[in-house]
Amino acid sequence: MKTSAILTAFNTIVIREIRRFTRIWPQTLLPPAVTMTLYFIIFGNLIGSRIGQMGGFDYMSFIVPGLIMMSVITSSYANVVSSFFSMKFQRSIEELLVSPIPNWVILAGYVTGGMARGLGIGVIVTLLSLAFTRLEIHHLGVVVVTVFLTSALFAIGGFINAMLATKFDDISIVPTFVLTPLTYLGGVFYSIQLLPEFWQGVSMVNPILYMVNAFRYGILGVSDVNVYVALGMILVFIVLLAAVALRLLARGKGIRH
Amino acid sequence: MSNALEIAGLTKTYGDGFQALKGIDLTVREGDFFALLGPNGAGKSTTLGIVCSLVNKSAGTVKVFGHDIDTDLSAAKVNLGVVPQEFNFNQFEKVFDIVTTQAGYYGIPLRQARVSAEKYLRKLGLWDKRDTPARMLSGGMKRRLMIARALVHEPRLLILDEPTAGVDIELRRSMWAFLEEINREGTTIILTTHYLEEAEALCRNIAIIDHGLILRNTSKRELLQQLHVETFVLDTAEPLEGAPGLDGFVTRLDDEGALEVDVEKGQSLNRVFIELEGLGIRVVSMRTKANRLEELFIRMVEENAVANKSAAAGAKGASA
Repeated sequence: MKTSAILTAFNTIVIREIRRFTRIWPQTLLPPAVTMTLYFIIFGNLIGSRIGQMGGFDYMSFIVPGLIMMSVITSSYANVVSSFFSMKFQRSIEELLVSPIPNWVILAGYVTGGMARGLGIGVIVTLLSLAFTRLEIHHLGVVVVTVFLTSALFAIGGFINAMLATKFDDISIVPTFVLTPLTYLGGVFYSIQLLPEFWQGVSMVNPILYMVNAFRYGILGVSDVNVYVALGMILVFIVLLAAVALRLLARGKGIRH
Repeated sequence: MSNALEIAGLTKTYGDGFQALKGIDLTVREGDFFALLGPNGAGKSTTLGIVCSLVNKSAGTVKVFGHDIDTDLSAAKVNLGVVPQEFNFNQFEKVFDIVTTQAGYYGIPLRQARVSAEKYLRKLGLWDKRDTPARMLSGGMKRRLMIARALVHEPRLLILDEPTAGVDIELRRSMWAFLEEINREGTTIILTTHYLEEAEALCRNIAIIDHGLILRNTSKRELLQQLHVETFVLDTAEPLEGAPGLDGFVTRLDDEGALEVDVEKGQSLNRVFIELEGLGIRVVSMRTKANRLEELFIRMVEENAVANKSAAAGAKGASA
């Protein structure tokens, strides 16, 4: 395919994905907005006012970056895993397989679609947080790079999950039993400095801790980890997972007999 | 003219060990209207699935207009349009979006895709349904939607896997007329179907596949010439109590009391009427009993089944 044709094919996938999640906005855009508003009210306002300061900031300001990141992670992942698996289930994936689109464009299209939803949710949650606290961006570059890379990483993760899934149960196992615990234990609601030394060490193997802290550094200027190490780790994971996803596509795992 | 499709030594063994294709060779000339016939499980859909990249082959080569799918897959795919057996579009999307999105996958810009989508949706009688979600369409409309989607990028080779399954007779005829039209305009068509009258009406060349092997690959005319006996059904003015004996012909009454006469190649049909006249039997109408291709197809598949059974028995005897 020529470059212009590849670009058209890529745009087609991305537009289709955006059309899909905006068409079903009560399922895709509204729930995280409602959930995060409840977090702001309950954890930020009601409980947070009794907790006092965390990492040198009032509790509401401390948890806002983590909650934004949590919604970006879950939405980016959920968009790709549900969309791609639905295509497999309905067999409309065959529309893509018979076409001349290269595998890397299919992956890039779905990941970009997932990022569009993840980042869109990130913007919605950020705007909602402004009703509860003032956000002063400490380092805009770190904020933008961290949120883009994290969204891309989890969108690729969702793609791999969808490729390997054979039934609808399979697409909820990872978000429920892996993603949610890692996110909650990834420093969204607390600084790991509060933990005993042993659990601090355990927390350091949680990749989401690095993403949340890098993002928090971008907004508040504080972090439990080295920001550049965090960004480097995200990049390495992106490369590794993208390689796995492309390998699965080339083999036709779950999509070709 | 070049070859639209060249298949050589194609084999497919599924993960469970089932060998769906046992080394088939097949060539379809450009501009042809070609039928691939066979009973359920013969290997038709596997063959077409491999050509369309929906099934991974085990061995062999496939070329679409000279482009090998192993080394030049993208160019091969650009030349292909596929209408699968099962509905495989997103049921929640609108008709127009399904067709234009497919064009986008082939790298066709949206403006051009809209023009092409309108052309084929109008030709297939779906233009009024363009804003309807696909799930709201009737079965026949869904089939036509898949044809429009397969043609939107103007492929040179159109593959149809049982395109008229579940479609009523009137609609089937109109789909035949449409397929004949695009074939006349230069699109090569490969068709699988269970309606053998469809293959007889539309196709110029036919391959019969069974148990993963091509039993016959020839022109329809040549195939039909192999039919030695044709059965005619004669409706008589007065009901018959028994089948009359006609010299040199096998006769019988069918379930509805009509007279069936087997006429061998070379025999004169005039003699049937002369003899019936002599017996005082007046014929008011006549038709051929069944689709000729169907008779031939059934015979070949039955012969192949007998041959397979004998081979299996021979192998068992040898091993014992």
